Amino acid sequence: MSKSNFSRRGVLKTGAVTAGGLMLPTYLRADAHAGYTNAPQGDTVKIGFNVPQTGPYAEEGLDELRAQELAVEHLNGMGDGGMLNTFSEQNLDGTGILGKKVEFVTGDTQTKSDVARASAQSMIQKDGVIMVNGGSSSGVAIAVQGLCQEAGIIFMAGLTHSNDTTGKDKKANGFRHFFNGYMSGAALGPVLQNEYGSERSAYHLTADYTWGWTQQESMQASTEAIGWNTVQNVLTPVGAGDFASYLTPVINSGADTLILNHYGGDMVNSLTQAVTQFGLKDKVVNGNDFKIIVPLYSELMAAGAGSNIEGVFGSMNWNWQLQDAGTAAFVKSFGEKYGFPPSGSAHTCYVQTLLYADAVTRAGTFNPCGVVEALEDFDFDGMGNGPVTYRGADHQCFKDVLVMKGSENPTNQYDTLEIVEVTPRAQVEYEPDHPMFAGGDLGECNPGA
Amino acid sequence: MDALILQLLNGMDKGAAYALIALGLTLIFGTLGVVNFAHGALFMIGAFCAVTMQRILSLSSTVIDETQKDFLGNPLKIEVPYVQSWFGDVAGAAIQDWSVPLSILLVIPVMLFVGWAMERGLIKHFYKRPHADQILVTFGLAIVIGEIIKAFYGANPIQTPSPAALTGSVDLGVGLGFEANTIIYSVWRIVYFFFAAFIIAAVFAFLQFTTFGMVVRAGMADRETVGMLGIDIDKRFTVMFGIAACVAGLAGMMYAPILSPHYNLGMDFLVLSFVVVVVGGMGSLPGAVLAGFVLGIVQSLSSMNEVKAIIPGIDQIIIYLVAIIILLTRPRGLMGRKGVMEE
Repeated sequence: MSKSNFSRRGVLKTGAVTAGGLMLPTYLRADAHAGYTNAPQGDTVKIGFNVPQTGPYAEEGLDELRAQELAVEHLNGMGDGGMLNTFSEQNLDGTGILGKKVEFVTGDTQTKSDVARASAQSMIQKDGVIMVNGGSSSGVAIAVQGLCQEAGIIFMAGLTHSNDTTGKDKKANGFRHFFNGYMSGAALGPVLQNEYGSERSAYHLTADYTWGWTQQESMQASTEAIGWNTVQNVLTPVGAGDFASYLTPVINSGADTLILNHYGGDMVNSLTQAVTQFGLKDKVVNGNDFKIIVPLYSELMAAGAGSNIEGVFGSMNWNWQLQDAGTAAFVKSFGEKYGFPPSGSAHTCYVQTLLYADAVTRAGTFNPCGVVEALEDFDFDGMGNGPVTYRGADHQCFKDVLVMKGSENPTNQYDTLEIVEVTPRAQVEYEPDHPMFAGGDLGECNPGA
Repeated sequence: MDALILQLLNGMDKGAAYALIALGLTLIFGTLGVVNFAHGALFMIGAFCAVTMQRILSLSSTVIDETQKDFLGNPLKIEVPYVQSWFGDVAGAAIQDWSVPLSILLVIPVMLFVGWAMERGLIKHFYKRPHADQILVTFGLAIVIGEIIKAFYGANPIQTPSPAALTGSVDLGVGLGFEANTIIYSVWRIVYFFFAAFIIAAVFAFLQFTTFGMVVRAGMADRETVGMLGIDIDKRFTVMFGIAACVAGLAGMMYAPILSPHYNLGMDFLVLSFVVVVVGGMGSLPGAVLAGFVLGIVQSLSSMNEVKAIIPGIDQIIIYLVAIIILLTRPRGLMGRKGVMEE
């Protein structure tokens, strides 16, 4: 009669240890250690798209997701290749990244910082992503950027326009392709002076969070630089919905210009209410026709605001109506796949996915520190907006900025905005230690693991 | 002074919306004893009825214009609305322009049906359950309704403009002895205020001056005795649920031009409306209306720049502060009755 060497207690212990090991985050497992977090194993590499799929910026997030899926298709050699054909660096050949097929997982940020962090953390720990891309809202971007820095993951921010993202909250593992509040102000100032003169009084309504604060500060600085007077800045809660109690004080404030530092649904509501309910665009104050300015535009917001944006100035990072080869290639790919033109945030997320892949290819490694080195002070072209630089000092992208105006005679449903000026990059550049970006520390890249 | 008057007008307008929603909530609580957290969703459905009517009136045939190109360089597809094909350009455009007021034709049957379906299909099963169960199930229902709306209409706010004739502002100051252009106010918000006043008056008149209303009021006071008289009070309460849903739907429909409808619209109003009901006194219809206007006005006055300069952020918490003060001094609310929700 044979005697088993297994005791009940021993089996339980072994089972518990094995189960515990399997439950460990992938980046803590021995087989994942290659000197950095989530080193890809096998013939695939996984990236994470963390975007708002529900909540107030869901439409932006879903458009980002479409663009990111398109980018993965192009990286894996499917479709027409889009911007891979126009990108000045020709390292990507449709065989994935460093020969590994690209896979992706998605997360829903809900445009809430805590939810976005939890979603990114799950992607990093459970799914083993090597990079996190996308998102809308600067609050979310700053929160996720901090998390990726700690985890040793590259973060390519999506739609984030606050100066703080690459200012006081900049991180070595984070990069931003999108422009920022300072750049909007710098681009809009001269156009506003040219259109409306130097003697105006501006009233600001400002979303009460990091993006609104820095956007307002930038617009106030640029309009005061052209001689305008700032009457008042009123902070409004995000998602206020009914802005009547904030708009009525504008009527007798002496201001002849209303600057709406609002985005998304807030912008749609505040602009609509200002125009259709309080008739502000029809007023004459100080001998001037009353004007409204929306410093940051998106196509989706413009569609939501309808005819109320007619003649209203704003700025954009990129627009599908640009005439360069890169833009044409992307619009064709996206338009044929989805049936409508891509938004600016879709463009940002698409480009960032390709840029990450290219940086890995040039670095010859997925190690975040190699990627950071490849992206810092990287100059390229062919991705829309002309020549572009990712500045090493703060990881901010520098390129031409678009000054836009609500179309006054739209010819079709997508003709909501028209390009007034392509502001040259030199006009929106600033020193890394500019007061609006002061503080914070880029730090060292963190490979994690 | 002009700023004060403008904020008073804002408060009246905001209060009208609060009062309309709270009136429906109180009707349901007073008759059926149900705490309905899906009431905000009914407001939202009303707003989306306006969106739906706008879309129905925008249904179009497609004509290809070879002379123009779309964003991909293909011949441009131009949409020609059927109403303009049928009634001519001018009349068709006018019908489209008045889509929000016309959506009343959609709101009333839809809301009566939704109210009936909610009450018979779900809520009646929770009459004898604790209020906590009612809150959970109706809150869950509100989330489901919101997600269904999102699936059909997307997550972005949808522009639903008021008729051109009722768009823009009117100068009220001249009539009050102020300088021109100092007190201008939105025409549609004034229309909304009078509409709300009319609906509130109609509901009170219905309850006060009809036999049906008399039975309902009797049932609210003593359900068992009315039942013993051989009156099917449940049936009448179901009808009242439908009427309350209609009131919420009409409030939402008329609010669509003020606040572009989106799938979360109901939640935005829900919490405030409950505060209004509690401050007014649970089950008290006049209390709900009074509290709606009081809290709307207080909230608007607190958002004046002069007030916020002294206490920043006061406009975000004032309603809750006032609610606390009122409930501390009058625990049953402004016009609450003894015994309601006190068991």
